Amino acid sequence: MRRSLLFIPGNNPAMLQNCDVFDSDAVIIDLEDAVSVTEKDAARALVSEFLNAMAEQPPMELIIRINGLDTEYYPADLEAVVSDKIDTIMLPKATVEYLEKLDKLLSEIEKKKRMSKKIGVVPIVELAISVLQIEEIVKCPRVNGVLLGAEDLSGDVGVMRTKKGNEILYPRMRLAYACAAYKIDAIDTPFTDTNDNDALTEDCLFVNNLGFNAKAAIHPNQVPVINSVFVPAQKSIEWALRVEEAARQASLKGLGVFSLDGKMVDKPVIQRAENIIKKARKYNLI
Amino acid sequence: MKRGIAGSLESNDALITVKESDKLTITVKSIVYDFFHKQIEKVIRDTLKELGVEKIDVVCEDKGALDYTIKARLIVAVKRMEASE
Repeated sequence: MRRSLLFIPGNNPAMLQNCDVFDSDAVIIDLEDAVSVTEKDAARALVSEFLNAMAEQPPMELIIRINGLDTEYYPADLEAVVSDKIDTIMLPKATVEYLEKLDKLLSEIEKKKRMSKKIGVVPIVELAISVLQIEEIVKCPRVNGVLLGAEDLSGDVGVMRTKKGNEILYPRMRLAYACAAYKIDAIDTPFTDTNDNDALTEDCLFVNNLGFNAKAAIHPNQVPVINSVFVPAQKSIEWALRVEEAARQASLKGLGVFSLDGKMVDKPVIQRAENIIKKARKYNLI
Repeated sequence: MKRGIAGSLESNDALITVKESDKLTITVKSIVYDFFHKQIEKVIRDTLKELGVEKIDVVCEDKGALDYTIKARLIVAVKRMEASE
């Protein structure tokens, strides 16, 4: 259950060595778009040595965005970074075919390196074909969340990106429902204006209502905003706790359905309340 | 003469330049020279040993890089030198 995932350029030593201070639930060390073609080797070596030097597991999830399986770089990326030190591989331009191939490659490396951990995968949906394949993508091996990549997707579809994001409403809704159906993280595309946190807040609230539970960040300043939106509001937590208590009392009386504040409470409402409480406990809000 | 460069002069990074040579020479320029030049030189020597390189000219311009950054930059600089025409 992630809220914020912060991108960090893989060839930036200053950002790498401070990656655990930004309070994001996950850090995505980027070997793809944030690294120029001429520096792929340098970024790969730096991230590899950074991981080797890491004495203990950092407090947040460690994700590496490798280069796409349509490039010449991904075999060396995987060889350099896959180890027990990382949690997840993020796959750009993901399709079902590439995800199945990645699963096989990871299995081979895990076996060769005698790893104790099974690496998770977060595909990026950033091609029109991937939006259409989303119901299959969420079922692929290792996939525990999906990131919407709106910039590349807009390019693929041939539409302009706007701050309001009407052009990505369809992929957002498809992704949110597919992830909800398979109980994995729906991660929204980064908000690219790093100087407008009011609009970022609005964007987070909007996608949270669509069903997204997390958002990627491209600047550390975006992390507190994202973290504050993708948790239950105090009012919701208070409501959920009252539902939980009322459900306990009703259960003692053998009631499956009961009334609270004049409104019917049944199993789906209790389930929603339990989810809010679970999330609130995870982030120490109770 | 074959040459390889890796890294940058950004804060927390190091710019490493290596050249083919018939002897081993290591030059360290650092913003924290007084405190860390011996440690930086040790990282360079250890990394060259790991790479099996005995004779080379290394210039490290350090801007406060951690050991693993210096090691990574040196590895890449040597590989680039070996791949250069």
